[in-house]
Amino acid sequence: MALRIEHVSKSFGSFQALIDVDLEFPQGKFICLLGPSGCGKTTLLRCIAGLEAPTAGRILLDGQDLTHAPAHKRGFGMVFQSLALFPHLTVGENVAYGLKVRGADQAQRRKRAEELLDLVRLKGVIDRPISQLSGGQRQRVAIGRALALDPKLFLLDEPLSALDAKLREAMQIELRLLQQRLGISTIVVTHDQREAMTMSDIVVIMDHGRVQQVASPLDSYRSPSNAFVADFIGISNLVPGTLRGRDTVLVDSRPIRVARLPDGIADGAPVTLSVRPEEVHVRPGRENGENYLAGQVSFVRDLGASVEITVRCGDQEVLAVTNPRDRPAVQIGDPVAVELPAAACVVLPS
Amino acid sequence: MSAQPASQAVPLPDGAVESRPVAQRLREHLPLIYPALMLGIFFVVPFGIMLAVSFFHRVEGAFFEPAFELANYARFLSAFFGKALVFSLWISGLAAVVVTCVAFPFTYFLTRMRRGSQVRYLVFILAVLSLSEVIIGFSWSTLLSRTAGVSNLLYYVGLLAQPTAWTPSFGALLVGLCYLGFSYAVLVLYPALSRLDPELPEASRMLGASPLRTFFSVVVPVLRNSIVSALIMVFVFNLGAFLLPQVLGRPEHWTLSVLITDQAVFQSNIPFAAAMAVFLMLVCLALVALTLVFGQQRRAV
Repeated sequence: MALRIEHVSKSFGSFQALIDVDLEFPQGKFICLLGPSGCGKTTLLRCIAGLEAPTAGRILLDGQDLTHAPAHKRGFGMVFQSLALFPHLTVGENVAYGLKVRGADQAQRRKRAEELLDLVRLKGVIDRPISQLSGGQRQRVAIGRALALDPKLFLLDEPLSALDAKLREAMQIELRLLQQRLGISTIVVTHDQREAMTMSDIVVIMDHGRVQQVASPLDSYRSPSNAFVADFIGISNLVPGTLRGRDTVLVDSRPIRVARLPDGIADGAPVTLSVRPEEVHVRPGRENGENYLAGQVSFVRDLGASVEITVRCGDQEVLAVTNPRDRPAVQIGDPVAVELPAAACVVLPS
Repeated sequence: MSAQPASQAVPLPDGAVESRPVAQRLREHLPLIYPALMLGIFFVVPFGIMLAVSFFHRVEGAFFEPAFELANYARFLSAFFGKALVFSLWISGLAAVVVTCVAFPFTYFLTRMRRGSQVRYLVFILAVLSLSEVIIGFSWSTLLSRTAGVSNLLYYVGLLAQPTAWTPSFGALLVGLCYLGFSYAVLVLYPALSRLDPELPEASRMLGASPLRTFFSVVVPVLRNSIVSALIMVFVFNLGAFLLPQVLGRPEHWTLSVLITDQAVFQSNIPFAAAMAVFLMLVCLALVALTLVFGQQRRAV
């Protein structure tokens, strides 16, 4: 019971949208395809939906080859970025469109439409035209319509991008709870890493048509597989250095001890250290021990709930985030020591 | 919950409109003067003259003299002109339906092409518009003739027993009118179809509808208004065709426009021609209004 994407590539003319994407998703999971625009995430979703045909590779569901099955025979539900609600039909007719195609009679369609609108928590709008709904309500209609035929796979293409920030956050939680209640395999395309962190079991991070990392949201945050992922998921300090021995990276000839090291990096090779800003500690004055960099405060941003301190260390800027209670007594121009704790340092190949 | 908030407009105190300075009111209407003037000179005045003339008295052997008589309209109510009117409406309507049925799928596929190819087709269609009714009429007349037409080609490849004359006939006239209206229909439909959200048909397909079903249950209904516009436009356009029926049709296929031309140009009976023109326009307007009302009702259901 799983979706298998087998070495799928897709090109449009000379542009390669997907390059050898090889993935396997277990049944019932919430998966996010995450990446910047143009990374190929929407193309991958459209290949899964059957709206695009891969140039190479296969797509299988439960072992059954779907690569060349037409979209209308796959039995997947999809929510489009524009929502694509039919403007000439009422809310109820939109939701029941798939049932009408299947030949369900009027009474069945009405009953099912009511059930689904209930499911997405929309009441009393069944006979309204689409034009009378708010953005959030349209969103719910689109979700209800996509779930009407009990799809084997639930696909969503940037479904919340049209909503304002507050409503978007609320819908993320709601969508996640709905998916867990129904236990339906779900794939969402998004460029918003917060959205991916909120909703998904598995995050697939993509860039330039290639898969960069497949991991749980927390793993992708804590153990990014490369500098792109470290930078894209949350904010990260990326510090260039040189590997020395098995547990030390030299940054500006200062030793930074690291807890873990990926395999296959030779001694003396250039590497990138990724350290999350909330792990970085800033102390006034100078420190000469291991895991310290010397620098000068270049900016302090006090946001109320947190304090962001930017420190210039040589030609490198390091960002530290603390809560206001732990705020070190530093000001712009002060010389400081920046601690990069060993446990927080992730070594990435350069 | 669904109640609309009451209108928030605050009523102006009595006389507020009048109290505004005249100069300001004039300035607001200034931009409208030019189009209003043009419309007056080139449409309202000629139409007024025509309307007036339609009540004038025709002087045999001369022109006409001012009068007010309904004889011109009364004469029109004969079986001969009645039949011509019904035939005009019938063939114009039929051609409008045929053209729209061909132009709509054509334009749909056109808008799904790459931009470059689209431009090439559109330039070709615009080029067709530059052909006059005369050229179109005589070209089709040649193409459908026995001596030089396509039937010779079909005879040559063995599909026909002998070359046949397909003109003048009802079919030839219909083909000519369709050719005339096709480019206009495409140009009316093109903007709406190219603005159609491509995700709409895709959403329909994801819900299990085949491409054909999607076309008829999503694409066509969403673009109903544009389709009705194209229908009306081609219909009105065909009603005005006065040359094609003479070139491609038999005398029984002569439309009212032909008869109007005949009365005005060859019989010098301007008052009667004017009366027919006014009547044709009224019938035409009534039909268009009916179509629009019908369209509104269908949407409300």
